[in-house]
Amino acid sequence: MDRLLNVTTAISIVLLVMVLFSVRRAHIRPEYSVTWLIAAGAILVLSRVHGLLDLLRKLIGLPDSPLALFLIGSSVFIILSFRFSVIVSGLRDNNIALAQRLAILEYRLQSLEENEE
Amino acid sequence: VIRAEGPDSLLVIVPAFNEEGAVGHVVAGVRQWVPQAGILVIDDCSSDATIEVARAAGAGILPLPHHLGLGGCVQAGYKLAWETGFQFVIRVDGDGQHDPRDIPLILDKLKTSGCEMVIGSRFLTPNGSRTGAARSLGILFFRAVLRPILGKAVHDPTSGFVGVNRRALSVFKSSFPLEYPEIEALVVLQRKRFRFEEVSVRMHPRLAGRSTITALTSFYYIVHVLLGVFVNVLKYERRWHRPAPGSSRSGSGPGAGA
Repeated sequence: MDRLLNVTTAISIVLLVMVLFSVRRAHIRPEYSVTWLIAAGAILVLSRVHGLLDLLRKLIGLPDSPLALFLIGSSVFIILSFRFSVIVSGLRDNNIALAQRLAILEYRLQSLEENEE
Repeated sequence: VIRAEGPDSLLVIVPAFNEEGAVGHVVAGVRQWVPQAGILVIDDCSSDATIEVARAAGAGILPLPHHLGLGGCVQAGYKLAWETGFQFVIRVDGDGQHDPRDIPLILDKLKTSGCEMVIGSRFLTPNGSRTGAARSLGILFFRAVLRPILGKAVHDPTSGFVGVNRRALSVFKSSFPLEYPEIEALVVLQRKRFRFEEVSVRMHPRLAGRSTITALTSFYYIVHVLLGVFVNVLKYERRWHRPAPGSSRSGSGPGAGA
């Protein structure tokens, strides 16, 4: 079990570093990085604080801690995926509305120019 | 320059994506059969000469800055028609499947019936239009799905040969399905208690290009459209309520007035 928790510790640290570097390089906007940082931090804490993981395992009613960690981690990433699907959907709607508006404005501008000529 | 002139101003919109082989023929046909109409080709960021061919044929061009898909393309035309004051809009696909000779039929029905949408239907009366077996099955399936939702039969729910009036434009300019819009658009209108009618039209094999719905995407199409219909039915708030006293719309169910 210790080896598994070491692996999840390493993964969460890599994730934390990746997110921080991405924010620094402006590859991720800070408002979208917070969710990732919290998720990675939570997995790191659960991997290192065995008492907390054991408490959660008992609350969930699972027989062993690695399974509890896997379940919690999976749940966190499913929720994250859903949140980003919502964000992407909103951006796509805005993008379509902007593209349509741009096309209509260009069309009307061209019509005005033709009228002037 | 396209202008809305007169109380019965008509705009024919032609959504087109890589239709250089057919769009010129389509525009010429529309000009021949409804010379009084404005013709607007909405180019969904084609990589071929669609814009040049359509412009040479005499159409106005609304070039989208990037590919939006059929629904986004059609909605852009609806928005422009709304903003420029057109009373009626008829959509004719840029692949040559729709026969421009039938545009006056759709326009007449829009004017005389007062309904918000008129669908050009292949199946209302036998007229020689041919459809593949898989597509026919899909149409039968969606007919059965839509019948209880719309409160009346729709014979050709996947037809894109559709005319709408200004009341429908007022809805579609802000709420229009972005992928595979034909079936969902009917449910969107039904939410507003608007009416539709069908007229019998001819349809031909496409002059050039390929359909966006292939065997591989058919399953995605069915799931996507079913989900869209379901979501729109959930939004249909007044479905469960009686019409307000003095309401101008008659009827008590989702098919009211249809």
